[in-house]
Amino acid sequence: MKARVLVRLKPGILDVQGTSVKRALEGLGFGEVRDLRVGKVLEVELDAPDSARARGRIEEMCARLLANPVTEDFTVEILPEN
Amino acid sequence: MTGAEPKVTKELALSHGLTAEEYDRIIRRLGREPRFTELGLFSALWSEHCAYKHSRVFLRDLPTQGPQVLQGPGENAGIVDLGGGLALAFKIESHNHPSFIEPFQGAATGVGGILRDIFTMGARPIAILDSLRFAPPDDAKARRLLEGVVSGISWYGNCFGVPNLGGEVAFAPEYAGNPLVNAMAVGLVPTDRIFRARAEGVGNPVFYVGAKTGRDGIHGATMASATFDEGAAERRPTVQVGDPFTEKLLLEACLEAMATGAIVGIQDMGAAGLACACSEMPARAGTGMEVDLDRVPQRDRGMTPYEIMLSESQERMLLVCSRGREAEIRAVFAKWELDAVEIGRVTGDGILRARMHGEIVAEVPVKALADEAPVYEKPTARPDWQDALEAFDPLTLPAVAPERALLALVGSPALASKLWVYRQYDTQVGINTLVVPGSDAGILRIKGTGKAVAVTADGNARQVYLDPRRGAAMAVAEAARNLAVSGARPLGLTDCLNFGSPERPEILWQFKEAVGGIGDACRALEIPVVGGNVSFYNETLGQAILPTPVIGMAGLLEDAEARCTQWFEEAGDRIALIGPDAVSLGGSEYLWALHRRVAGRLAPLDLDVERAVQGACRAAIEGRLVRSAHDCAEGGLAVTVAECCVSGPTPLGAVLELPAGGDRDDLALFGEGPSRIVVSVPASAARAFEALVREFAVPWRWIGRVGGDRLVVRRGETPLVDLTVEQLGHEWRSGFARSVA
Amino acid sequence: MRFGVVVFPGTWSDCDFHYVISEVLRQPVSYIWHREANLSGYDCVVLPGGFSYGDYLRAGAVAGRSPVVEALPEFVARGGLVLGSCNGFQILCESRLLPGALTRNDSLQYRCQFVHVRVDNAETAFTRATRPGQVLKMPISHGEGKYYCDGPTLRSLKEKSQVVFRYCEEDGRLTKDANPNGSLDNIAGVVNEEGTVLGLMPHPERAAEKAVGGIDGLAIFHSLLASLVEDGTFLKR
Repeated sequence: MKARVLVRLKPGILDVQGTSVKRALEGLGFGEVRDLRVGKVLEVELDAPDSARARGRIEEMCARLLANPVTEDFTVEILPEN
Repeated sequence: MTGAEPKVTKELALSHGLTAEEYDRIIRRLGREPRFTELGLFSALWSEHCAYKHSRVFLRDLPTQGPQVLQGPGENAGIVDLGGGLALAFKIESHNHPSFIEPFQGAATGVGGILRDIFTMGARPIAILDSLRFAPPDDAKARRLLEGVVSGISWYGNCFGVPNLGGEVAFAPEYAGNPLVNAMAVGLVPTDRIFRARAEGVGNPVFYVGAKTGRDGIHGATMASATFDEGAAERRPTVQVGDPFTEKLLLEACLEAMATGAIVGIQDMGAAGLACACSEMPARAGTGMEVDLDRVPQRDRGMTPYEIMLSESQERMLLVCSRGREAEIRAVFAKWELDAVEIGRVTGDGILRARMHGEIVAEVPVKALADEAPVYEKPTARPDWQDALEAFDPLTLPAVAPERALLALVGSPALASKLWVYRQYDTQVGINTLVVPGSDAGILRIKGTGKAVAVTADGNARQVYLDPRRGAAMAVAEAARNLAVSGARPLGLTDCLNFGSPERPEILWQFKEAVGGIGDACRALEIPVVGGNVSFYNETLGQAILPTPVIGMAGLLEDAEARCTQWFEEAGDRIALIGPDAVSLGGSEYLWALHRRVAGRLAPLDLDVERAVQGACRAAIEGRLVRSAHDCAEGGLAVTVAECCVSGPTPLGAVLELPAGGDRDDLALFGEGPSRIVVSVPASAARAFEALVREFAVPWRWIGRVGGDRLVVRRGETPLVDLTVEQLGHEWRSGFARSVA
Repeated sequence: MRFGVVVFPGTWSDCDFHYVISEVLRQPVSYIWHREANLSGYDCVVLPGGFSYGDYLRAGAVAGRSPVVEALPEFVARGGLVLGSCNGFQILCESRLLPGALTRNDSLQYRCQFVHVRVDNAETAFTRATRPGQVLKMPISHGEGKYYCDGPTLRSLKEKSQVVFRYCEEDGRLTKDANPNGSLDNIAGVVNEEGTVLGLMPHPERAAEKAVGGIDGLAIFHSLLASLVEDGTFLKR
């Protein structure tokens, strides 16, 4: 089973990296960018009997290691099997 | 497996970077056509980067011996004796081509490679330095390269945990398509625990340890042996990616494994990866090696034997273990969570035999690969532009007003403070650093001994361009002088020789002359060359870099307390200039910064005087007769004294009284010449200092006094410069940062 | 005082702390491998600087979940002291032994330089030998040293005097220029409520000898030694 986890800074937290990237885009002529925030994508492939169980385990992984609850939020997307 | 490999033809060999003659030579040596994987082995091992085909004939004449040399050229690093049972391993290497393609990873893996060259000898790395060259920073691409390279060095060195003790950053338009990234590393090893890269003992198991093998950097060695064309950007996939965390684990595991006594020989896998290690190690020992490529830990699926042998995946070592002690090796690497796999054994037949899926994919005499690459003596020719360069007289250009020139020089990216660079580097991990970057040399203590080691990396490409023999000798002299002003006696030298294409007679002439100059200076100053690196083919679309020999040097202070830094410390101290008056604007920073010219004659170099001046300086420091000592080099006397005023923790002014003379003011202030040192002497030590310099019979004179908050330079009655230390300091502190940010 | 210096894969200041503690302070000290969960032989455990696990994922994230760190709450409850410097501070925050988090420097660059910090709580086991308001000069060396916590946490830290060090000018004034990484409220170091666990970004072990960085860092070590009472327990706050 495959899942995609997005780890993002919580809304209130200053994203210094994002600010810097936005400025760089402006320098390249993309003045229309209003905001930009940098996050992380984790692609997880795991053995699980069903997607509900997989989601549960991955959310646990996020809570325990993959995201820092002080500064980060996460979303979990189970990818359709192809 | 072999049935699936392409048939080897002459066209295939040529596309691998071999010449038609080299291909014929291979056929004659093997008695048959090579297999595909074997062709890969030869193309890598016989590349210029690995085999030094065009340079060997000139490098042979360099002096490599001395009573303190424990290991000269020929192993992964050179080693000099520090006394008391300790030795210093050091080496400098280039990673130029990968840094142009992908600056962050190119520079990072350059650091990784040189660190492995040090700890494969059994030495724990204690410092790194880097010498960097780019196009002038008003070019956006040059700024991006600089930023990427510095970030890469910072990331790798800091994560690994070794302090960066210095280096240099220089700019010239000729580096636009070919930046230079030369990385130096220094390590400490007990003299009885030195390891060498020899596959000794027939029947001994051969272990692969470290990271897994992927497709990184395949043919990195051949890329370094070719000039760039328009397709350079497309070559991105061949750049290696580093992992400093794994390197740190590898360091600890290797040193721990070495301590067990179970390791017989060890080599890091750098350029040409397994291919190089599996041929050089047995070639040095007069043995052979058998390897089973199926056993090599792989990161990518479906790798061919060719790819496995040539991969330049980082953070891997090949070691030969004492038969029967395999379990000890495995235990150490398991603790550090690294792969340690027995992939073969040492044989007695002098052959490298590689198998995959039970079939032989390569069967080549190791010496054919490691020792029998052709040695070329290609034509050299003095370039037809050389006469015109020398004939140019800088004094035909109008003089620039001294204050304006001084501010421009001190604030130029070439000469301004490089704090912007080195504050991104950890300079103190290990708590051995006595002098951080910012003085003429970095200085590290050796715990438990009372001694210290000083290290520097220097080059001056403009001078070598104008007069390769003298310019290269001056580079050696300058490196040694940077150690002398720190209170250290040079022990050995490592060189990184960066040049254009050796197939062009003018470039090869530059190389030959430069190597000759290095030899001249090393012999006169009694400094052996213990290792080095040649980087050819630094040119793009026919435009070559300036000939750039970079000198890495290490020296010893018997008494760490008798160390010296470059800045003034006390008002009232007297200032002296030790050394000859002969200077020239030819090739100077002034000529470039103010007139954008590189031309003219260099000042004369008298190596006996250089030797005496360095000796006098060292003796003065040891005798505690001077408070500061600074090498008088780029920018000339005025810039040197300005640096003494502003580069320390407490900026101080000075008043210089220079003799009125027939020469022009700009020549007197900004002319450059070798063998010159500016020292500050406490008034109470003045007599003793005078006696000492007389004893050494070196030219010298008093030139002024430290004090106040202004730098005033007078010539006879005329004040040429009267600037506040604050203004000078501001220019010096901000000049680099504002150019590159 | 029996010191233990924890070593993770990737740590490098372990040797520096070990050297200062044994050669400068002349106290018993040994290395603790990260898999070790038995901390009974120590009075003070040090989590040193470095790049444990390469700082991969987040600095201190993986180390924060190792056996030795998971043994720390019980060690602290039994009266042990914990000093975390740089990566050690990051690990203490990741393992929730200290509140807050360390994030990327505002400059987005690694910074190695000397800073001044002001002692804002001189009553912890780590600052007992200092005066309130005393300024210490120590080096920092990090890419992720910007301290962050939310509003309620910051209020609580202030109310309970848990902020121990703040970045300041040489004369003790708190300014933006003196803050090398953008840390909230110039915070450079905090303690837990009991004052027995300290996390700070500067490297006190790099300021324990005159020749290599000055001796202001020794104040922290001397405070630790002064906190040890005869019966083997510690003077707490």
